[in-house]
Amino acid sequence: MALEHLLTVDDLDRETIERIVARAGSFAEVSGRDIKKVPALRGRTVATLFYENSTRTSSSFELAAKRLSADVIPIKAGGSSVAKGESLEDTVRTLSAYGPEVIVLRAPWAGAGDMITRWTDAAVVNAGDGKREHPSQSLLDIYTLRRHFDSLEGKKIWIVGDILHSRVARSNARAFRTMGAHVTLCGPPTLLPPQMGEALGCEVTHDITGVDDADVIYTLRIQNERMNESFMPSLAEYVIGYQINSKRLGAKQLLMHPGPVNRGVELSADVVGAPNSLIEQQVESGLVVRMAILYELLAGGKRQMGETA
Amino acid sequence: MTLKQVSALDWRRQDDPGSNVVLQQVRVFDPRAGIDSNHDLVIRDGEIAELATPGSVAPAEGLEIIDCHGLWALPAFFDPHVHLRTPGGEAAEDLDTGTRAAAAGGYCGVIGMANTRPPVDTPADIRSLRLRARNDAQVPVGFVACATKGMQGEELTDGTQLADAGAVGISDDGLPIRSARIMRRLLQYQRITGLQIALHEEEHELAAGGSMHEGELSARLGVGGIPALSEVLMIMRDIELADLEDARIHVQHLSARQSVEVIARALERGVKVTSEATPHHLVLTNDATATLDANFKMNPPLRTEDDRQALIEGLRDGTITCIATDHAPHPVERKDVPFEEAAMGVTGLETAFPVIYTELVKPGVLDLGLVVDKMSSGAAAFDFEPPSLQVGSEANVTLFDPEADWIAGADGWESRSHNSCFTGRRMQGKTRMTIAAGRIAYRQREFVMGVAR
Repeated sequence: MALEHLLTVDDLDRETIERIVARAGSFAEVSGRDIKKVPALRGRTVATLFYENSTRTSSSFELAAKRLSADVIPIKAGGSSVAKGESLEDTVRTLSAYGPEVIVLRAPWAGAGDMITRWTDAAVVNAGDGKREHPSQSLLDIYTLRRHFDSLEGKKIWIVGDILHSRVARSNARAFRTMGAHVTLCGPPTLLPPQMGEALGCEVTHDITGVDDADVIYTLRIQNERMNESFMPSLAEYVIGYQINSKRLGAKQLLMHPGPVNRGVELSADVVGAPNSLIEQQVESGLVVRMAILYELLAGGKRQMGETA
Repeated sequence: MTLKQVSALDWRRQDDPGSNVVLQQVRVFDPRAGIDSNHDLVIRDGEIAELATPGSVAPAEGLEIIDCHGLWALPAFFDPHVHLRTPGGEAAEDLDTGTRAAAAGGYCGVIGMANTRPPVDTPADIRSLRLRARNDAQVPVGFVACATKGMQGEELTDGTQLADAGAVGISDDGLPIRSARIMRRLLQYQRITGLQIALHEEEHELAAGGSMHEGELSARLGVGGIPALSEVLMIMRDIELADLEDARIHVQHLSARQSVEVIARALERGVKVTSEATPHHLVLTNDATATLDANFKMNPPLRTEDDRQALIEGLRDGTITCIATDHAPHPVERKDVPFEEAAMGVTGLETAFPVIYTELVKPGVLDLGLVVDKMSSGAAAFDFEPPSLQVGSEANVTLFDPEADWIAGADGWESRSHNSCFTGRRMQGKTRMTIAAGRIAYRQREFVMGVAR
């Protein structure tokens, strides 16, 4: 199945994920060389359009495009509301006049990526749409795990924290399941309503004690503003109930987090850099996996044209 | 209370002489009057003068004869809940375009909501709108005024003066009356205004931040949910307050099973509560929002199949008083944006009866007579007499072609806005002509009339 766009993990079957992971592996070899660029996408243009702040996602997509010798148009859209200033449609149409082959979009609205495919000929990568999806994160997380496991089949993965507001949880829960893992969602009931389990095909628990049994603990960022909305009585209450610290993290368990980490909240400072923490590896993986995604869309898939790598 | 005629409402033809028309060989179907037979339906001076033997009425000077073979004459529809967007929202709709949509949908009367910019909250606002309606409105139109000043939910509007100015009810539709204390005062004050109170029921705190029905789909999409309970809780509160004050209320746009059940129990106790369901809540479910197409975004949101079935049962068993569209036009730039950013609401006047006929009557889910009744029974909740086809009645007639086969929106819309949730859907049946308050309000453009020589 060749990818036309990367909008949701629904676009990714196991075969496609395997192909992207394998290609990311070969790009990782390139990254080890002195000259890190490959000419795969020379003459192609990648635009990144970010309506939300994001250091690691935007920079890794930009760098990924450059490593593949593509031209990059990075755009940080100021307004957080399409009602203010230029509409999303006008921005995308204007940007499309430059003829990019890929638009990477980060926006605070669910379905924004799907929507802009109507206004551009470019392949669209959803780099986060509201609280809905973040499929490139899922791919880089699977790639990261595959460096430790031959397969995710039967692996027990716990996703812990603010599930309700997390696009990473929504994408990862389903992508991990596609790869055969058994996923459990864990968090306080205010941040993990019962429908989430049904919606994502996962088990739901509010009790952290069972986390001992997990092969992988995937933690999520707790945002301070959730406190003001009474999703939690206090940070202290969350820390007692759900923080992953050296007492809760077993030596054989792998620890992940999509970043940025709130040290002392969802993770204690000592586990962030622990030997079984993959957090730094996730960042490294982000680059090569995003190279593989761009390659998949431009050189490997339907949009293949002219010379290929 | 004696009910007013539709002709008590304002529109551009209200000073015209009544029409003289014969609907020849038409099926006259009026479930309330118990009429279902073929006639030459004779309208003289705007009144139903005769239900004559088919083919018996001879041409005469000044009498238009229309061949209505295969067509149905129905009591024209009455919608107690539309948004005409005047003043302030004319980019979406105005009195002319909104009532054109109503006329094309077979409506002889509509009631416009007050959540305009600025809101309609003074007697002067009501008088000014009524004057404009005399110039612009294509069918009789009534206006409700805000229940609270500026729709702020804090101070009552001048109810008796609004009634004197001709407001047909009061409503803060678009927003709930958050304060139980203010709600209680409104109900108490109704004793001297006599005005119906139409209620948008939503417990604001529970619904805040929501864009669609709270359930598995909203959980999967990460889109804020509006729980059914936000509607149910407010209906429960207001039923109890209405009971306490012996007042009457009209609950708008029901969306949830529990809402129907709560109202059914209140009616058993004798609480004076009328209610409405919209065509979109009767035909569609939350599944339609899976694609995040903002033309399926409205408040209250589309809910589950179980909720939809409860609304259908509620119409059938009489719990729900009427069908109302909540016609809510929005310009394209407020709708062709990401779902969470888009305005709430859909247009509905031009598709209401055809979509219910196609999706619920033809498949045998709802009885034709029941639906025809519910399409105009909302009039009584606002003290207007529902249209009748009995001899001697003011002529309010929809001429319906049950065989018309059309695609919604394919030939454009009469409404200035195009945010229909039924665009592209195949429809059976269409209004060919609408007679309102004794005057011809609408003829479909391509509908060729046979005129007496």
